[in-house]
Amino acid sequence: MNPRQTEKAAKVGLWLSAIITIIILPVIVAWIMINGIQMINLDFLTGSPYKFEYGGIFPQMVGSLYLTCVCTLIAAPLGLASAIYLAEYAPNNKITRIVRFFIETLAGMPSIVLGLFGLEFLVHYLKLRTSLLSGSLALAFMILPWIIRASEEAIKTVPNDYKDASLALGATKWETITRVVVPASIPGILTGILLGMGKAIGETAVVMLTAGSGLETFIPSGLQSPTASLPLYIYKLATQGHTSEAMSRAFGASLVLIALFMSMSAGALVIRNYYMKKLRA
Amino acid sequence: MKKESLIRRMLFVCALFSSFIVFLIIIFLLQEGAPALTWDFLTGMTWSPHNDQFGIIPTLVGTLYVVFGAVAIAIAIGIPCAIFLAEFAPFWLRNVVKSSVEVLVGVPSIVLGFFGLLIMVPFIRNNIGGMGESILAAWIILAIMILPNIITISEDALRSVPQDYRTASLALGATKWQTVRKVLLPNAMSGIRAGIVLGLGRALGETMAVLMVVGNPEIPWIPTAILDRARMLTSTIAIEWAYMVWGSPHQHAIFALGIVLFVLVSILNLVASFVIKERTTKR
Repeated sequence: MNPRQTEKAAKVGLWLSAIITIIILPVIVAWIMINGIQMINLDFLTGSPYKFEYGGIFPQMVGSLYLTCVCTLIAAPLGLASAIYLAEYAPNNKITRIVRFFIETLAGMPSIVLGLFGLEFLVHYLKLRTSLLSGSLALAFMILPWIIRASEEAIKTVPNDYKDASLALGATKWETITRVVVPASIPGILTGILLGMGKAIGETAVVMLTAGSGLETFIPSGLQSPTASLPLYIYKLATQGHTSEAMSRAFGASLVLIALFMSMSAGALVIRNYYMKKLRA
Repeated sequence: MKKESLIRRMLFVCALFSSFIVFLIIIFLLQEGAPALTWDFLTGMTWSPHNDQFGIIPTLVGTLYVVFGAVAIAIAIGIPCAIFLAEFAPFWLRNVVKSSVEVLVGVPSIVLGFFGLLIMVPFIRNNIGGMGESILAAWIILAIMILPNIITISEDALRSVPQDYRTASLALGATKWQTVRKVLLPNAMSGIRAGIVLGLGRALGETMAVLMVVGNPEIPWIPTAILDRARMLTSTIAIEWAYMVWGSPHQHAIFALGIVLFVLVSILNLVASFVIKERTTKR
């Protein structure tokens, strides 16, 4: 083959790999939509499951939303404070490097290991039992490093001029951070939090070991209550159910889960774009 | 001034606490798992909880078999795709591929596993053979999951090659493909390598999607063919935690699997960060 023919062959190969990559996502989403849409009705969305494969998924939806919100309420303040420290205060010394290294390690932690830790530490050692609180804490540990990373990145992109101007006006460092640095980096921080919520709502392994069986028929009454969740419900029906009733409910729940996950991703995009426009204006 | 230093200290405590979690995880995993980390465990060929036999080898071999195969597939599709995005794609198409990759990275793994269980497993059973639940099915599902990571990192690495290199190569009469192969790929190699190592780490830790398609035989054996069923470190933990008796040898063995998993993933992440560091200091 001469170089020109090689060039053509290479281009065909490259296009092919790109096409394979693009079609995966629409194929999976379309497959879920086609099979799940007929399940979406009021009974399914507001009912409770009974006899394993009948009924609706209301407790699962509410449970997933509770878990996601509580874990965000724990992880977001802690993550933001850690990020502010790392970006603005941390001296370049051994302790800072160790802190960073541990946070990076947490980001790479397999979710099943976090689940095991949650089962041992939260459920058994702290005696929080299999509950909304245990599940939310374990999920918070999972998304914490991602929120720290996104927030720190956002804080670091705030131009030094802003800080210098504020400090020159006589503001203290903390005033500068709360009035200038954090407001300017809010879009990045919010995007990080929303992406973390998307991760949390789709997570199965962690909630399986800490939050509940997935088939609970009730809405959690408090932090101590076992909590159902959509991913675990899908897992149970898909692997242990053998009837078409079970499969169509797994499809319906998958569709709801994807819709919730996509709306969080879309929210992240909208916030980013809105603030970018506002910042430019 | 006092308030300022108080705030500084409180923020430090938050950062310290965030990293302290990892410390806690290590302590508690070791406490439950270390008693089971014996020579018999690390070299044992049978895993049979009913007979109190806990050997990690079949599970470990299954894990490596699945992970390396999946990464190989992801490389075969992901790196050409990254080259396409960085060098050949028209602007609009690049945006389409990039946003689809960005969404794909977050799709809940349970949904991918469900897809694998209902579409790929029957397809393999009917058209290729075996039981359907197989290493092959796990390869494909895992490859889909790590594809976005490999594409994103490789594309970044290719883009960070200075524009001058491209212009110089093209000016010497090289075709675009020759430029990619002889100039861009060698220069971007360390970045691509880091992406592959990170992909390996992610594949190693992935649980639910693989669990649903890999078969998990009752008593794991050492898999040889790609249509064999296999067990992973992650899937064994996810299946057996439900019926382990707290305080039994079985429970300690499961936590020992967790330690092995944690150690392997940490080594891979360390290697990746070294590769990245080496690259930034070279520039």
